[in-house]
Amino acid sequence: MEYVAHDASAFAPPAEVEEVELYHPKTWVGKYIWSQDAKVIAIQYAITAIGIGLVAMVLSWLMRLQLAFPNSFHFIDPSNYLQFVTLHGMIMVIYLLTALFLGGFGNYLIPLMVGARDMVFPYVNMVSYWVYLAAVLLLVASFFVTGGPTGAGWTLYPPQAILQGTPGATWGIILMLVSLAFFIIGFTMGGLNYVVTVLQARTRGMTLMRLPLTVWGIFTATILALLAFPALFVSAIMMLLDLTLGTSFFMPALVSMGQQGEHTGGNPLLFQHLFWFFGHPEVYIVALPAFGIVSDLLSVHARKNIFGYRMMVWAIVAIGGLSFVVWAHHMYVSGMNPYFGFFFATTTLIIAIPTALKVYNWVLTLWHGNIQLTVPMLFALGFIFAFIHGGLTGLFLGNVTVSVPLSDTMFVVAHFHMVMAVAPIMVVFGAIYHWYPKITGRMLDDAMGKFHFWVTFLGTYAIYLPMHYLGFLGVPRRYYAIGGTDFIPESAHSLNVGITIAALIVGAVQVVFLYNLVWSYFKGKPSGGNPWGATTLEWQTPDTPPKHGNFGPTLPVVYRWAYDYSVPGADQDFIPQNVPAREVARGGKKT
Amino acid sequence: MGIFHELTVKPWALGQGKIDDLKAGRPSTRAAKQIALRVFLAVVAVLFTLLVTAYGGRMAYEDWRPAPQVSLLWANTLVLILSSVALQWAQYSVRRGQMDAMRVGLLAGGAFTVVFLFGQLLAWRQLATMVYFEVTNPAIAFFYLITGLHGVHLVGGLVAWGMTVAKVWGDFDVAKVRQSVELCTVYWHFLLLVWLVLFGLLFTGNNLDVLLKLCGIR
Repeated sequence: MEYVAHDASAFAPPAEVEEVELYHPKTWVGKYIWSQDAKVIAIQYAITAIGIGLVAMVLSWLMRLQLAFPNSFHFIDPSNYLQFVTLHGMIMVIYLLTALFLGGFGNYLIPLMVGARDMVFPYVNMVSYWVYLAAVLLLVASFFVTGGPTGAGWTLYPPQAILQGTPGATWGIILMLVSLAFFIIGFTMGGLNYVVTVLQARTRGMTLMRLPLTVWGIFTATILALLAFPALFVSAIMMLLDLTLGTSFFMPALVSMGQQGEHTGGNPLLFQHLFWFFGHPEVYIVALPAFGIVSDLLSVHARKNIFGYRMMVWAIVAIGGLSFVVWAHHMYVSGMNPYFGFFFATTTLIIAIPTALKVYNWVLTLWHGNIQLTVPMLFALGFIFAFIHGGLTGLFLGNVTVSVPLSDTMFVVAHFHMVMAVAPIMVVFGAIYHWYPKITGRMLDDAMGKFHFWVTFLGTYAIYLPMHYLGFLGVPRRYYAIGGTDFIPESAHSLNVGITIAALIVGAVQVVFLYNLVWSYFKGKPSGGNPWGATTLEWQTPDTPPKHGNFGPTLPVVYRWAYDYSVPGADQDFIPQNVPAREVARGGKKT
Repeated sequence: MGIFHELTVKPWALGQGKIDDLKAGRPSTRAAKQIALRVFLAVVAVLFTLLVTAYGGRMAYEDWRPAPQVSLLWANTLVLILSSVALQWAQYSVRRGQMDAMRVGLLAGGAFTVVFLFGQLLAWRQLATMVYFEVTNPAIAFFYLITGLHGVHLVGGLVAWGMTVAKVWGDFDVAKVRQSVELCTVYWHFLLLVWLVLFGLLFTGNNLDVLLKLCGIR
């Protein structure tokens, strides 16, 4: 195989690019509050997302406490429990993971990695964050209104979502739907920015196939989100109208408490289709950035080029495309035509092909690599474990005949937490440990990081492995209390206690992580510009943290792909993307 | 180089490196705005496609009662076509440097749009006063939802149009105005197309029903 590094003639002229007009703030408020700098917006997104994510984590504690010790907590009644379930799911999936991966990592990394000074529309980018913040505040407000937040489950299925008797069926659900609409409007503004920046603002020499996989993952996920969120948007509006104006989009004619309801002939299944037309791509909106980021973490910390770069790109695109034709596998028990189920089971299982391809390529990247067991690498490895695990149970649930008996059991909860909670959050942590030095100029503390990793990794397994077994026993999800049943043995209850203790420990250890973030900001070891020896452009900035405008007076020119690690003959075990072949040191001197 | 070819190159190979090195950066905000508009139109297209699909899906049930037709919509459609024609005229003029004609086209386009929106409101009122009007009838609720969302998109367009109109008096940067006019024109044509699909398929009789029957869904 030939490498660009051998090419001594590569000599491209400097970047002949039109300088972008940047907004230069003069005040502290302009710089850090109403900021139009993608890096500041990224941090605003990240702090907001992590903040609301901590609320969702506490909600999960409360749920687990109830499941392990029923009737012990007077402040958890059945309504509260359903509200905790709903808000935990909604916050984690949308307000934490989507916002953090796209708004947080997307904003920070896209301009730096493609060699741009900023997003192409900095003002719109700023508005995007503030609309997101409004969405979060509306959601938080629902905790304080009469009746509390909605308890309809994170899928918000009508008719029960807006029927009296469901917790939060008046104000809670209205705030939830309005908050989602705000989130989608804010995201669309940000999403247009991410897509256009990747397409239009790449620096000289940065072809599509020279982009790091992180950018590919975030870019494809953004396109998915732009095309999938409209489905949630219309269903939120339609449900709002059903609730406030008495239309019957989703609400069927109902007799409730012996009284004929005001609605006639709405179609609840329509909501399920619209919701999952958004909901399944949403899984990949979270997963694809994680796939991209973890590819880069593995490559950097194994000092080896990513195995099968082209396949990795194609797989990301293929998964993105397929994710739009599998949605009804969430609806196997909704009474659908068997041929319909057959179709969706087939498409679902086809997704296993590009996904498995990615897993093989990650493992093959590690194979014979010079693996550095740094904290980011540990989290990347943790991701591979969790993802394989969750992916395999996905094969179970993709099959109609296996899925139907497992529906609405703890098995499903275990599956989607492995694949969509543990796996992406491993990447989030790995990515924060990896890029924190670039963002702050200091390293995160290694000992605290390793402690954080091991407790989180083993702890999440202690939570979710037994949950699969509970699912096999038939323990249902979303139940406030199981009560006395013949098919659930007493031992299942002990298992529930164990899971709750593990969940409390895993939650508590996140305090160490937060402490590490704050402590290292002031006391951490100075990192220098490129502590990991990485090739991508964000590590080649003249300043760390990068200043407004990212790259000093001239933009970098790209001469190679993002994965020139351990190139034979080169002195260093990495060659940054902006180093031309003639400047690569070989045998102590430049050729 | 087509996108498919671009995605099949081997970025690590020597020969490819030489080709890739010559790839110029493209941070031009002008092209960026055009691409952003097209991506946004894709999002809007998905939104309305989902609504039409939802309408069709609901229609397939036996208890479907079609909404009464509002003949005013024909006149409104004509007005919306005129607004698109006017903006096309503005674009044609700005490309030829005829600024007065451009201003006339731009203002006429906006005026026709405002008339269209008033016409839609009038159609809403007409439907609301008909004896068949029932808010719980999905056909009627869909009518309000779909026309409402289409109208909201036009109102958003009018904001961009207003910012363009504010730019075209006195001394102005012709290139910038030209781009704004072009972007408005694309957006208006697109919303006209969306309207023609919605109007033709949903609000001029049971056309979607014919389609559903052809597909064997109904």
